[in-house]
Amino acid sequence: MFIQALIAGIAVGSVYALIALGMVLIYKASSVINFSQGALVMIGAYITYAVVTGIPAPLWITIPIAIGLSALLGVVIERLIFRYMTGVDLIAVIMVTLGISFLLEGSTTAIWGTLNYSFPKILPEMSFSLGGIHISEVYIWSFIFSMVILIMFTLFFKYSKIGLRMRAVADNQKASISLGIHPGKMISLSWAISCVVATIGGVMLANIKLLNLGLSGIGILVFPVVILGGLDSIIGAVLGGFIIGILGSLSAVYAGGLMGGAVDQVVSFVILLIILLVKPYGLFGTKETLRL
Amino acid sequence: MHKNKTVIGLGIAVIFYLLGPFVLSDYMLYLVNLAAIATIGAVGLNILTGYTGLIAMANGAFIGVGAYTAAVLYTKLGVPFLLTIPIAGLMTAVIGMIFGIPALRLRGFYLAMSTLAAQILLMFIFNNWTSVTNGERGIFLAPPNLFGFSLVGDKGFFFLTVGIATLGMLFSYNLFKTDTGRAFIAIRDRDIAANIIGVDIFKYKLISFAISSFYAGVAGALFGFYMTYVSPEGFGLNVSIDYIAMIIVGGLGNLWGGLLGAIFVVILPEFVDKGIEIVGQFIPMEYTFAAFRQLVFGLMIIVFLVWEPKGLAEIFRRLFCWLKAKIFSPKSEMEPQV
Repeated sequence: MFIQALIAGIAVGSVYALIALGMVLIYKASSVINFSQGALVMIGAYITYAVVTGIPAPLWITIPIAIGLSALLGVVIERLIFRYMTGVDLIAVIMVTLGISFLLEGSTTAIWGTLNYSFPKILPEMSFSLGGIHISEVYIWSFIFSMVILIMFTLFFKYSKIGLRMRAVADNQKASISLGIHPGKMISLSWAISCVVATIGGVMLANIKLLNLGLSGIGILVFPVVILGGLDSIIGAVLGGFIIGILGSLSAVYAGGLMGGAVDQVVSFVILLIILLVKPYGLFGTKETLRL
Repeated sequence: MHKNKTVIGLGIAVIFYLLGPFVLSDYMLYLVNLAAIATIGAVGLNILTGYTGLIAMANGAFIGVGAYTAAVLYTKLGVPFLLTIPIAGLMTAVIGMIFGIPALRLRGFYLAMSTLAAQILLMFIFNNWTSVTNGERGIFLAPPNLFGFSLVGDKGFFFLTVGIATLGMLFSYNLFKTDTGRAFIAIRDRDIAANIIGVDIFKYKLISFAISSFYAGVAGALFGFYMTYVSPEGFGLNVSIDYIAMIIVGGLGNLWGGLLGAIFVVILPEFVDKGIEIVGQFIPMEYTFAAFRQLVFGLMIIVFLVWEPKGLAEIFRRLFCWLKAKIFSPKSEMEPQV
């Protein structure tokens, strides 16, 4: 039972990690705290569903189309909204991302309705037993994806020229402009990447659960993850994802009967409160310096 | 001139207050009551978020605390109706202060996160402390008695909700003439500087949490009695977000912001429904209203934040200035309004 809960926790945690990565990326590039990550996850899954079932073509054509569409969505959001919102108050940033999330959820309901869809199997079959416990392939794939994306991100930010430029924009926009970097383009790119990552997370989630409007709920669950790991830390997002995933899954198994449903959610938010009181900037976050 | 305007304004308000229930239709009264209750909550949240600069995502749950306190006192302990409302306010103020304690260390986004945790934890308690809250089944409230009259329906509540909302706005108006209110604004504008000139930041942040939650508690108690039913559904995160949307759309740190935002958020769905009905005559539509309400709501929040971050209150102020310039000043005397 313990090992089963542990494996389920790692699997759910890797999905959390994927979605938290998207949030951290946007925060790093533009200090925007994205409350619409959950809605991006949901709409990414719907877009992929529509493309895969709607276009009669093999997966190696349809999946890139879906990924491209979600990247485009990210660029559009940045270009139409955030380009005009530099230097505004925190509450305005939070609310505008919530507004985006309502807009996306409303459009999704208007287009696809409130039905449940079962997601087509697009992941290659891969079954696997560990110590007599069967692990479904979705869990393995989400683990692999989150690991691959983590490594790709780390390499991208460390060694590629665009990654360096994005770090420059995140560090100091004015200085980066004077060096000939276009901050808008870099932030656009970070939104595009974040949307793609959210879409991958959404496809994983839709495979684990069903495809419905409830998928956007994960956007709130990811906050304990980014707070635990540190808002601006990629490795923190991944580690935080696993820790929150495992603790949530263990508490659902051991305390679920005692306290009723939704225990895992409450446990992760209790953890969030404790972290905020003890170590507000998380495990790997950069401490905010206050100046008069 | 200035005095005349105040007198005229007060006159209109009194006439509306006395005649409202007899002129307006029941449905209009229902909307007015909802807007008045929302105004109480929004003016309270504006004190915390708009004036003190603390982002709180738990207003929905605080309203729930007020509603449950009033409901439990009224149905299980038989406390008189009028007494339950202030007690609900005080109880919520205490809960609000407890969840305001993290403000000792946290600010900005991190404080918002701790209030988000408060929202989730309180919702969990509403759902699972079944011996007190009845869980998902909720608590039914019998119509209360007020001075021997049974307070039921939209007309009866009108005087109570609009009256308390007016009192709440008056209190908020006067609060920012006192040193406490000024301290709130100082903390919002630059907390470190406020600290240097001798404002006890933690104390005033807690006071701000207490006042704001008191408003939420009163709004919750009224909401419970008006709806005659209290269940966790009415106090979720979406309600907290609605309230933040109200003060953003209305105007952050503006007395009228709470009122205008509350009215806007309450009547927006009605306009959307009417709009869809009209469009639906020409283009067949099978979409649910709910989807469009959400879509338009999101769009309005974005539009306000991008184009008019100071909200409806600022739009109205400019409109009045423009009208005044058109009507009262001859062309030669037109001066730029500062």
